[in-house]
This record gives sequence, C-alpha cells and structure tokens, in this order.
Amino acid sequence: MSLNIRTYRDLTEPDRSGLVNQIAAQRRRVADRLATVRRVVAVLSGKGGVGKSFVTAGLACALARSGRATGVLDADFNGPTAPQLLHLPVSRCTLHEDGIKPLVSAEGVRCFSMALLLEDGRPLAFRGPETEGHVWRETLEAAALREFLADVAWGALDELLVDLPPGVQRFQELTELLPVPPAGLAVTIPTRESRDAVRRALRAAIDRRATPLGVVENMVGGPFAGSAADELAAEFGLPVLARIPWHPTPDIWDALATRIGAASPERA
Amino acid sequence: MKFLCVECDRQMQFEERQLPGDGTLAAAFRCPTCGRVVALLTNPMETQLVASLGVKIGGTTLPPQPMETVRGMVTTGRDDAFEDGKGETGKGNSPLPAWSREAQERLARVPNFVRGMVKKIYLDYAKDRGIAEITPAVMDTARTELGLEGM
Repeated sequence: MSLNIRTYRDLTEPDRSGLVNQIAAQRRRVADRLATVRRVVAVLSGKGGVGKSFVTAGLACALARSGRATGVLDADFNGPTAPQLLHLPVSRCTLHEDGIKPLVSAEGVRCFSMALLLEDGRPLAFRGPETEGHVWRETLEAAALREFLADVAWGALDELLVDLPPGVQRFQELTELLPVPPAGLAVTIPTRESRDAVRRALRAAIDRRATPLGVVENMVGGPFAGSAADELAAEFGLPVLARIPWHPTPDIWDALATRIGAASPERA
Repeated sequence: MKFLCVECDRQMQFEERQLPGDGTLAAAFRCPTCGRVVALLTNPMETQLVASLGVKIGGTTLPPQPMETVRGMVTTGRDDAFEDGKGETGKGNSPLPAWSREAQERLARVPNFVRGMVKKIYLDYAKDRGIAEITPAVMDTARTELGLEGM
C-alpha cells in the first residue's frame, strides 16, 4: 500500500533552516551593493587567449581617465591578472564595516581580484573532500563571485567591468547573481576559430537577456588573419567598437571608452 | 529540504545541528505533534555542497562576514591577505572578553587567512552573551550554535 505523502511544495510552515530565505538574502546583498553601480559590463569571449583581461584593463583605465567611476572585478579566479594589468601591487585587503576596500589604480580604477588573496604561485584550492571535487568546486567559485560582488565596497560606479574567464559558465553564474542582466562586451581576435567561439558566447549572453554592446577585435595587424569582428557584428547586428592593434596607443582605448560611455544609461 | 512526519502528516522542525569534525554533519528534526526525532546525516560530499552554497542547515544568527566563504574555504590564501580597518570588534563599547591560554593556542592554529574573521566571530559571540573569558569550551559551544563548520 503506498503512502499518501504530501510533497515539498505542500509543506509551507516556516522552518529555522530557511535555506531558500538564506539564498534570497545572499541575492539581496548583491543587489544592495550594486544599487550604486549604474552598469555591470561582462567582458566575454568564450575563448581563452584573445585578450579579455588586456582589453578590460585598457578600457577601464580609459574610462577612468574620461572621468567615469570605473571598477574591475576579476572573475578569472584560476588565472587572475587584473592587478598586474592595472599596475597594482599585491597588498593587504582592508576590512571595513561596509565591506572590503578595493584596490585603486593610479588612474582611479577600483579593482578586486583573487590574485590579491592567493599565495604567490599557488593555485586556487579549497578545503573539502579530496575526491569528486568537481561536484562542489564550481559551486564554491560561484560563491566567490557572489562575495566579490556583494562584499567589496565598490561605491558609486558608472561601470563595473567583470573580466570573465574563458567559457560561458562564469557568465551564467554572473547573470544568476545580478538583479538585472549585465551588458556584454565581446572580445575576439580576427580568426575564424575565435569567431566561432565568441559566437557561442554571444548567443549565450543573449539567451540570458544580456545586452550586447558590441565587439572588440584584439590583436589586429599581427599574424592572425580573418574578419571575425565584422562577421560577428553583421550576424548579431552589433557595432565593432574597436580594433586593437598589437601595441595600442592611449587614443585607441580612449575612443573605445567614448563609445562605451555613449552607450551608458543616463545618470539619474 | 524538508522533513515530514508521515504518521502525523506534520512538517518536522529543525532541532539541533552537530558537527562531528570529520566533514560530516548531523541535523535533528522533531515532529511538533508526536515529538518523534529523526536525524539527517550527510556525508562529507553532501556537507561540502551545502557549505559551498554559503547556507547553513538550521540557519544562523550570525550576520554575514565579508567574504566568509572565500576566507573559510580557500586553503591557498596569503597569510597577510586581510587586515582590519577598524577595532577588534565592531560591537558595542563593553570591554573585550579575555582569551584563555588554551583558547589562544587553538586560535593560533587557525590559518592566518581566516583567523581574523574567526576571532571576530568568537569575540562577538562572547560579548553578546556576557562571557568574560573565551575558553575552548566556549569555542566549541559557539561552533555548534553558530554552525561554524571547520572553524
């Protein structure tokens, strides 16, 4: 004889654990922290080695030079490079009542990165069972992303650039954590292979209701042949925001910053 | 995750959580009608997965600490990654509880990366309860009450 058992949604009494409420509280902390951030821009490609971090740093410095309050959240926890690219020395992170102070570059870019926390030369490693780490590791990295968003005292920002690792998983985690979908800035190199990888990333971004701002083509004029940016722009109806040569001059970044700034929502 | 006392058709209520220290977790739930208690026992993998979400079975009375998951779970963090930008503890003006020698020794075994956060949690716990001296017994009680897995 089978039991007539009520199911999960039938049980509505409050319980002390309130796991769902705990998750909701985490989301509120992210939303509260980002209430003073006008726009989150996810710098994505879906492909490693195209220069997302390089573009993020160059763009962040140019935005700051143009007077825009800019932050960089280095979401590449396993290969963090943002502090180096922003010429920030690794130093102690200061804890305050309202969170952890980000480091600030000479240009005024606020930055937080796993590179600030890890021992020199050591990989990111977590406490936990030694076997089957894949079951929980990505969950912990998503928790780290949540804490980078919620616990760093970003302050008022015009743009918070999120430098994503290759692939689309961190982007998906980001969109789940944010109260509204981010803007997306796609970075590619000219090759067909890069185009194909970035296409997937852009599609994933659109599927997640992100707003693509445009395409940046990096490493132009070097050994990589192709027209990935033009092809992606045509396919998705996006502008090519910049073509970054091997040795970009500040005016290249400034022009990109102007275009990104022009696409920003109006100040309240 | 909810528990139903099928016989009474009542949702069981969280009663107590225990951390044996081997990576597992035990949580007891009681039926409010018949008083029957059942225990949820999670293996290290399951315990880790819950901890990875940054939630605690049974809830917590602790306010969230900045980057508590990163500081509590990363094992390759720099010893000097964090520094306090304010006093020992931000709660009230009453004197700080003292640390017994044994408690200090135990605290010293906590990795530097997370020690500041752990110390503040114990200090706040003791201050909130009017405890004048933090001893290993106080630390054990706090761990259980607050769900400080691995601290």
